[in-house]
Amino acid sequence: MAATTVTAVAPAATSVRTRPPRRPPSWKTAVVALVAYVIAVIFLLPYLEMLVTSVRPTKELYGQDYLPQHFAWSNLTNMWGSAYGILDSVRVSLEIAGGATALVLLVALPAAYYTSRHRFRGRGAFLLLVLATQMLQPTALIVGIYKEFLSFGLLNINPVWSLMLVNAGFNLAFAIWILNAYIGSIPAELEEAAMVDGHGRLGALFHVTVPLAMPGIVTALIFTFIAAWNEFISALTLTTNGSDYPLTVRLDSFIGQYTVDWQHLFGASVVATIPVFILFALIEGRVVGGLTAGSIK
Amino acid sequence: MAVDIPQQPGPRTRAGLSAPRARQRPPGWLRRLQPLLWLGPAIALIAVVVIWPIVAMIQTSFQNITPLGINIGSAGWSNFSTVLQNLNLPGILVRTVIWVAAVVAITMLASFGLAQLFNQRFPGRRYVRWAIIAPWAASVMMTALIFRWMLQPDSGVIYLFLHQIGVISQFNTNTPDWLGNPDAAMACMIAVAVFVSLPFTTYVLLAGLQSIPGDLYEAARVDGASPWRAYRAITLPLLRPAFAVATVINLMNVFNSFPIIWEMTRGGPGYETATTTVFMYDLKGTFVGQAAAMSIINFALVLIIIVVFLRVNGWNKQEAR
Repeated sequence: MAATTVTAVAPAATSVRTRPPRRPPSWKTAVVALVAYVIAVIFLLPYLEMLVTSVRPTKELYGQDYLPQHFAWSNLTNMWGSAYGILDSVRVSLEIAGGATALVLLVALPAAYYTSRHRFRGRGAFLLLVLATQMLQPTALIVGIYKEFLSFGLLNINPVWSLMLVNAGFNLAFAIWILNAYIGSIPAELEEAAMVDGHGRLGALFHVTVPLAMPGIVTALIFTFIAAWNEFISALTLTTNGSDYPLTVRLDSFIGQYTVDWQHLFGASVVATIPVFILFALIEGRVVGGLTAGSIK
Repeated sequence: MAVDIPQQPGPRTRAGLSAPRARQRPPGWLRRLQPLLWLGPAIALIAVVVIWPIVAMIQTSFQNITPLGINIGSAGWSNFSTVLQNLNLPGILVRTVIWVAAVVAITMLASFGLAQLFNQRFPGRRYVRWAIIAPWAASVMMTALIFRWMLQPDSGVIYLFLHQIGVISQFNTNTPDWLGNPDAAMACMIAVAVFVSLPFTTYVLLAGLQSIPGDLYEAARVDGASPWRAYRAITLPLLRPAFAVATVINLMNVFNSFPIIWEMTRGGPGYETATTTVFMYDLKGTFVGQAAAMSIINFALVLIIIVVFLRVNGWNKQEAR
């Protein structure tokens, strides 16, 4: 669908860095690198321990060793049994995060496009409102959120819908800032040219602006997905039936029991965490802009 | 800042898609409503998810709601006075101040070092940067759970390691359970909170460092300034905005932090490891009205903390000039 010129422009935005000629590293570089590697390992250790615990045999769960004698890889397969409810929770988490992500895109894209291209009365007030939502967190409003959805009766219907709305609302600001910045960097003349070529305004938006803003759109989508996937307090508050638990609440419910199935708990954590690491690494360089844009302006 | 909330988002796609109508100029009143067509969905979402809960929370804070959830009329200010007279509150407030101050201060200092380290060129820098985002990407509640597991007396790897290097002498009998001791538990939880706050903060400061134009250092070098002098005259002042933004965002995040304390101690024993946020959540289970009142008090506390920080930061700025 996208015009071929568009795909040619996109890589230019991520500037190709020219590599300096290779020299043998100096002592200073070697020390810096060594310290950095040690720090990197320290940051990863808790998650490696998560993985190791998930494959500990029950007998060796409390073993006084860094690695168990035997690895029970079967933990990672039998944790999907219906007794644990992990499979259901993965489905619920996917529904919430997927729904919230779709909703954020539908709502943020027109708002970011319009505020970036037009100056109008109320623009400042709108952006201030968006900034205010970013400053607030679900935790600060949790009692109000609970009361609201209780009065809607949505808790009795399906908390998945309520959680989609809540997660979309609290990640809207990030999406608007990042889309605003990307759309603002695309010259309006490109859209005008498309309109001269016979596209309507929406046609120009979808054929020119959206493909060029794709890095921003992908960043907003991944960030919202991860935030909704990891969200805990609203999910804990708005779900009451075990069948509606997303992963975070499911893991929390493991803790309440007399014997905690630590190996299955961390097996589920590993499953929940690895895709998130990979997705986050894809957008790593662009996240800070969305989180701080509002407060710097 | 009065924001009028539209009743409906309105059918925004149809007007743009039908070609013949697009050629006519729409009447003036319609053009004035045009922003609402584009912003309406966003305003509606904010209204449902943020504004309505604020209104509901304020209403609830003045209602007398039984633990079974039945509203038995107005409570006046009694929810507020009951919460403020709660004997646990002074301890919780002191702990909250320590929690926020310690986590934010340690995070900012450590991130300041990390950002400068990762701003150096070294082989494999990209992979190291990927490694340090792990606690940022992972769910905080899962990170808290793995630390709770690593802190199990006698079998947790942290105990195991500290025993092997000789820090913990008692082992297998009477090994202290740090999470059962309020002071030790707070120290552990502060460490976890710092751990999960470091990646974001480091990235903000790193972005700040990278936005400083290299020409400035070049000019300083030509003028004969030593690296240390250039660092103090260029790096530190130009990093200040990034530092302030990171501090404010961390203050809010740490004040509202819930999963770490919830998963590691549930605020117990009693309320001895609870912050105001955990206290508020605990009240919600029985006295929703008091929980709403506590939320509003929390709201005020965050505002005070941030205003104080910004004032202090502003004064420093004027002194520097």
